[in-house]
Amino acid sequence: MTFDPTKIRADFPIFAAQVRNGRELVYLDNGATTQKPGVVIDAERDFYSTEYGTVHRGIYHLSAVATAQYEAARETVADFINARLTKEIIFTRGATESINLVARTFGDRFIGKGDEIILSEFEHHSNMVPWLMLQERTGARLVYVRSTPDWRLDMIDLRSKFSSRTKLVAITGMSNVLGTINDIDGICQLAHEHGARVLMDGAQLVPHFGFDVRGTDCDFLAFSSHKMLGPTGVGVLYMKQEIGVEIPPYQGGGDMIENVRYDGFTTNELPYKFEAGTPNIAGVIAFAKAIEYLQGLGMENIIAHESELTEYALDRLLSTEGFELYGPKTPKHRGALFSFNYKDIHSHDVASILDFANIAVRAGHHCAQPLMQRLGVNSTARASFYVYNQKEEIDILLESLKQCERFLKHAVG
Amino acid sequence: MQLDDLYREVIVDHYNRPRNFGRPEKWDIMVEGKNPVCGDEIAIYLTVKDDIVSECHFDGKGCSISIASASVMTESLIGKSLDEVRLVLADFNQLLRGEVCQRCEQYSDAIAFQGVTKFPVRVKCALLAWKTLEGAIPDSGTHQA
Ligand SMILES: Cc1ncc(COP(=O)(O)O)c(C=O)c1O
Repeated sequence: MTFDPTKIRADFPIFAAQVRNGRELVYLDNGATTQKPGVVIDAERDFYSTEYGTVHRGIYHLSAVATAQYEAARETVADFINARLTKEIIFTRGATESINLVARTFGDRFIGKGDEIILSEFEHHSNMVPWLMLQERTGARLVYVRSTPDWRLDMIDLRSKFSSRTKLVAITGMSNVLGTINDIDGICQLAHEHGARVLMDGAQLVPHFGFDVRGTDCDFLAFSSHKMLGPTGVGVLYMKQEIGVEIPPYQGGGDMIENVRYDGFTTNELPYKFEAGTPNIAGVIAFAKAIEYLQGLGMENIIAHESELTEYALDRLLSTEGFELYGPKTPKHRGALFSFNYKDIHSHDVASILDFANIAVRAGHHCAQPLMQRLGVNSTARASFYVYNQKEEIDILLESLKQCERFLKHAVG
Repeated sequence: MQLDDLYREVIVDHYNRPRNFGRPEKWDIMVEGKNPVCGDEIAIYLTVKDDIVSECHFDGKGCSISIASASVMTESLIGKSLDEVRLVLADFNQLLRGEVCQRCEQYSDAIAFQGVTKFPVRVKCALLAWKTLEGAIPDSGTHQA
């Protein structure tokens, strides 16, 4: 199958629905969340319309069908990230909850006073605040790895940050601000040499590059369905079995228990031990459809498509006068995600003016306030791409950017 | 809806040439505010003599709407008593809720911000300076209608 973004675009009903003032939607906020193809929307509707029931409880037909679909989705995810065991896949509400789960269970059990967690300077708040909270609870210490001048993780500095107290490296696969892709294999190898575990925040990386948990040997991987064509409210935590059996449960409730007495309980087996309560059944089933859709396109084709977009975008953006890019300026080891400011114009104004041309970009601090300070800015605009985006949209973006000046400078005498 | 409703000429003018911008030598009241969503920051400096605002300055970083709004605010407060300041604050809030505000015509170029209500995500920008000031003006105890 050839990879044809125009055809792919036609699979997403939003693009037909959102033509404004005769202008097609240029959706460039994929780093925040992605649009949904018809197959995903249908999957959720069909499930509710024809086969809805709860999971793991009912003896009746509907519940059996729902359970089978829900567990089949778990297999789809396991297969997608090459997990050894299906029970290493835990469904959560999103990457944020996945990371909080690890902090509350693994963190509380194994990361005590004076123990250290290594992070990068460019983590999303959801891979910082759970560790800051752990720091408050247990007295663990956070250690930050420096970035190189071209905004990559300084691997030499990382090496120097390990100590006998290092328990965990919690690091993003790809920065949601800089677009930087980290050397995952190198990080996992270094961590394991030092006896530390690795949590990969895959929220940005996984949708665009896939992931091989066995190949990288990472211990935890967190990602969100909604950033990879699936519904909101569904996320994944991959956790190695050997860790899962050793740590306490996360939330208490139905499904996570084996036996409950008035004076105690025993926990269920993996992965149910970490899935208390009725899950987002329809969301999980539709998420599996999103993964199948991505697999249908072929992850290698998606990678090639986005790398082409990245090269073209860097070429055009960096040659635009007044365009300030924050992040690596070469296409290698970076994703199709570009944070920028344009000619002293505040990112909110940029986003408002682009919105008028039906171009959706993000503006703000992108849940990375400390990084914004490092960059020396209060906010940036961000354009991030995915399977349905095309080179022409980069041209449209640049054309419309030039309009910003017209709106904001015309009153100057 | 037009983009010109947001970027009215007076607003752009206040943005490009903000009035009363910069930290003064001295002041009686200083407040700082921040919009956590976008990182915009502002500081407001008031000099109050005999219950009258004799000077009002601001500095900070922000988008066109937040800077222009702060500029207009400083202009509209100078010469007012603290009671009048409370009234101006309430009036501007009312304007930004999309309600009619007759008195707003009298407050510098405040009325230009009416168009911002058509852009709900930008209302917060327009209110940053005003919300910040609210924190510095003690409640009078009486309820504004
Ligand atoms: C790098 C990164 N980590 C974590 C998250 C949190 O994902 P969610 O909000 O889906 O839980 C995001 C989302 O913006 C992200 O970009």
